[in-house]
Amino acid sequence: MAHKIGKQTIIIDGDVGVSSSAAVGSKKEGEGPLGEDFDIINEDSRFGEKTWEKAESKMQELASQKALEKCGFSMADMDFIFAGDLLNQCIASAYGVRGKKVPYIGLYGACSTYAEATGLASVFCDSAAKHCLAMASSHFCSAERQYRFPLEYGGQRPPSSQWTATAAGAAVISKEAGPPYIKAVCFGTVEDLGINDQNNMGAAMTPAAAATLAQFFKDTYTDPSDYDLILTGDLGYVGSALLVELMAKEGYNFHGNYNDCGLMIYDREKQQVECGASGCGCSASVVSGHVLPRIKSGELKNVLVMSTGALMSPTSVQQGETIPGVAHLICYSSEKGNIF
Amino acid sequence: MSLSSDEFKKMGEKAVPKTKSLRNMTGAFLIGGTICTIGQAVLNFYLGIGLSTPMASTACSITLVGLSAVLTGFGVYDNIAKFGGGGTLVPITGFANAVVAPAMEFKSEGFVLGLGVKIFTIAGPVIVYGVLASVVYGAVYWVLSLL
Repeated sequence: MAHKIGKQTIIIDGDVGVSSSAAVGSKKEGEGPLGEDFDIINEDSRFGEKTWEKAESKMQELASQKALEKCGFSMADMDFIFAGDLLNQCIASAYGVRGKKVPYIGLYGACSTYAEATGLASVFCDSAAKHCLAMASSHFCSAERQYRFPLEYGGQRPPSSQWTATAAGAAVISKEAGPPYIKAVCFGTVEDLGINDQNNMGAAMTPAAAATLAQFFKDTYTDPSDYDLILTGDLGYVGSALLVELMAKEGYNFHGNYNDCGLMIYDREKQQVECGASGCGCSASVVSGHVLPRIKSGELKNVLVMSTGALMSPTSVQQGETIPGVAHLICYSSEKGNIF
Repeated sequence: MSLSSDEFKKMGEKAVPKTKSLRNMTGAFLIGGTICTIGQAVLNFYLGIGLSTPMASTACSITLVGLSAVLTGFGVYDNIAKFGGGGTLVPITGFANAVVAPAMEFKSEGFVLGLGVKIFTIAGPVIVYGVLASVVYGAVYWVLSLL
């Protein structure tokens, strides 16, 4: 049974693992370095739908269908769905699971949603549930129109900006499944060190990422050298550099085992995405499509994934508020048994 | 975190890549200059076919606004702006783009509550403060004329 150790880490006792996972992307994601790892790449970023919002719902639907297909379960086998996205009132998720007849727990954690969903699903699977679906999505076009400018508006993106990934990722989390096994979950605190530039969200989220990661190491008596890969969600070029600095100040140094999903999904120079990718779909697709299969094959053993979210809204930014961040961590392993 | 907000902001500023000013200014100069040259050619054309100067100026503005609206509609203007930056923003063509882009974007929420409400999302402040500035200018002009 899941239980808490230290200040905020939850140890998953049973053999809870990922039965299967799937990633969906569009043209730009398909052209990126991880293009091959996506299960579905749809060249048409509207996914055959009339609006961008519907397109995003469709991506979640496709991701969940593909994940279920891969593990041979049906939607009816799922006990709960944990899903979220960036849109107002989380409509991409709600409409994506409409009519599925499975209890739905809608989440908002900005770009940290994938880890939030996986974390909650794991805790549920270690107690009340057998199978849960965890998923998250983002769409460049639906996010731009909500947070920034209309698509056809002519403007230059500042060098610190990030590109919202048009992607979705889904994972079926189950009791007695794996590898990948889920060993621990660490839900993060909301941190704010005064960044108020919404074009520099990587920096805004870094304090939260550092706080969660440092707390997890303290709670589990481990350090960066115990993991093959430590992956943040979408800190991008600026945030990643800052995280390395902040962690060093806390006494934790990475040994070439740190990376950021936001720096992996696109080729920053060639694809002109400035500081990298962002959005719930960024970590959701990179983890579901690229990382989990590598843990399953044993190529990676112990992996920490920490999705990071900037918790502002257009209203709070216009009112001059600073941008708080949050980061949730999932510890995966390719091996059974206690690793702490 | 034992770090103060000021210390972190300083770290953040250092980590942000620098704006490529020379490249941006060159792009703005070339594209902005080209738009103005086209404008001058259009103006000369209208003067050449016999329009008076105020009429020719108005016709020239209409032509440039129309051209920008069409290019926005075909999804070309934002690509020019990616290179041209301020060069596409400052001329009247930038204003046209700022009106047409939201009109296209928010059509999906309907012609009244979408297009109608959001069409001036970007250009609205320019119109509001442009009118306000002209009122202030008019008042100053009137006071000076009394002297």
